[in-house]
Amino acid sequence: MTTAQTLPKAAPAALEVHGVHKWYGSHRVLDGIDLTVRPGEVTVILGPSGSGKSTLLRVVNHLEKPEIGHVSVGGELIGVKRHGDRLRELSERAILAQRSRIGFVFQNFNLFPHLTVLENVAAAPAATGRLTRAAAQELARELLDRVGLGDKTGAYPRQLSGGQQQRVAIARALALRPGIILFDEPTSALDPELVGEVLAVIKDLATSGTTLVIVTHEIGFAREVADQVVFIDGGRIVEQGPPGEVLDRPRHARTREFLGKVL
Amino acid sequence: MSELTGAAVSLAEAPAPADTPSKPLSAQRVQPLRRPGRWIVTAAVLVLVAQILHGLVTNPFYQWDRFRYWFLRPTVLDGLLVTLEVAALSAVLGLLGGILLALARLSGSPVLRAVSWTYTWLFRSVPLIVVLIFLYNFSALYKTLSLGVPFGPAFVTFDESRLATDMTIAVIGLSLNEAAYAAEVVRGGILSVDQGQHEAAAALGLPRGHQFRRIVFPQALRSITPNYVNQLIGLIKSTSLVFYVSLLDLFGTVQSMGSTYPGDVVPLLTVATVWYLILTSAVSVVQFYVERYYARGATRALPPTPLQKARAGLADLRARLSREAAV
Repeated sequence: MTTAQTLPKAAPAALEVHGVHKWYGSHRVLDGIDLTVRPGEVTVILGPSGSGKSTLLRVVNHLEKPEIGHVSVGGELIGVKRHGDRLRELSERAILAQRSRIGFVFQNFNLFPHLTVLENVAAAPAATGRLTRAAAQELARELLDRVGLGDKTGAYPRQLSGGQQQRVAIARALALRPGIILFDEPTSALDPELVGEVLAVIKDLATSGTTLVIVTHEIGFAREVADQVVFIDGGRIVEQGPPGEVLDRPRHARTREFLGKVL
Repeated sequence: MSELTGAAVSLAEAPAPADTPSKPLSAQRVQPLRRPGRWIVTAAVLVLVAQILHGLVTNPFYQWDRFRYWFLRPTVLDGLLVTLEVAALSAVLGLLGGILLALARLSGSPVLRAVSWTYTWLFRSVPLIVVLIFLYNFSALYKTLSLGVPFGPAFVTFDESRLATDMTIAVIGLSLNEAAYAAEVVRGGILSVDQGQHEAAAALGLPRGHQFRRIVFPQALRSITPNYVNQLIGLIKSTSLVFYVSLLDLFGTVQSMGSTYPGDVVPLLTVATVWYLILTSAVSVVQFYVERYYARGATRALPPTPLQKARAGLADLRARLSREAAV
């Protein structure tokens, strides 16, 4: 994991994870993760359940605090600030402001059920004062068109299929105009026939040059869109590289074993 | 295994007694099951209800003419107004206090959590009547009330004897009590909101106040409403205790009129009963529409209003009748 040092100073990485450790009680979930994602790159994180891949994603936007190590997005430290040679926790307000520049798409969509689709998407840009209410709704309409749901603006989330809900959730993340979007198993809660429509939207984002980090079990999708595949097991990165290497010629036995099970 | 074959045999035998050859089996409508037991119980209950109604109307004990005389008397209406005023003020103050207590209880600060817990523990343990009478004697204990630093200077000082009217004492007492219960109702509501909602609101970077006011609380209200209305109905009835701090509410008025006109005690109590019934019914109607409002998005279709239900029922009946006529 020496990529961080070889990067030119002028262009900060879209995402840098440095020596992140995380425990839940006595259980070690993340055990020294280092990861670099360059702007415009698509990174797919694979790993068995309980390997810490979702936790890693949640550490990136500070939904979880790392015990040791730090994360920076676009060159800016997340959740902490440097104070001499120490790191200090940021105020909640500052952390919220940082999160509003990072898109996050949940496995269970987590749309706000009491708000219409349009209100769901327009909520963040309007509430953070970045856009006026009218401009936020205009943007929301545009984004819902982009994910193919321009005709559902007035619907409530529970009136939509799972695939449609996840596409609304993606539009909601896009409304932040984020520098990076994190996907936490975006298709795992979907019926098989609805997976395709969500992957198509994500693929569209990937080809348009948005920086994406995707935790998924869709190996075929990973092969198609990923610039970099990261295999995690036991809270450590076991293997990483282009999909052609990690997926087709895995060097580690554990990677081979995992791929043997899911393919 | 033998049971299975037994079933198969009886199935095979079933169509054998074909004494009604009129229609093929597939074209026949299923005869609804007869329930003679249900008819007998219904009849018995109807007779009982009729007896009670008959007694209510004809028994001279109730003195319905005196009821009519008292029902809209200005003194009674004044009392009703006091009841409404006390109930409304304490409901609002109690709910606000309850929300603050619930937030304190769910906060990260151990001091706030402990204070909130202790408050709830104290006011749920002490009977309301004790709180009220305590407050009533409070002005004798503390002549002035001041806002300031403990052991330090006071910023604002109130003369308590002027501030503590009977109405204030009643409202404060009921609100203090109500807040303790409302706190638990609100806390339960907030806890019932899915953790994913908190996370999604946090992940979007929504400001803290916005997260609570626009995302969590509206969803919590769905389960808060029925529980709080329950509280509210209890509160409306508890207002009758303010009589003991010499405030003439509905019950107080009826009580004092009763001692002036001893012959009218029963009709006066009936007057109070009917007014309390009307109040709780009004609250239930409001509850229905509030719940319907907060059900937006929670169900695929909103529950129908009584009017819509009646219309649908009528249409249903008409369709059934026309179907029966066609058969």
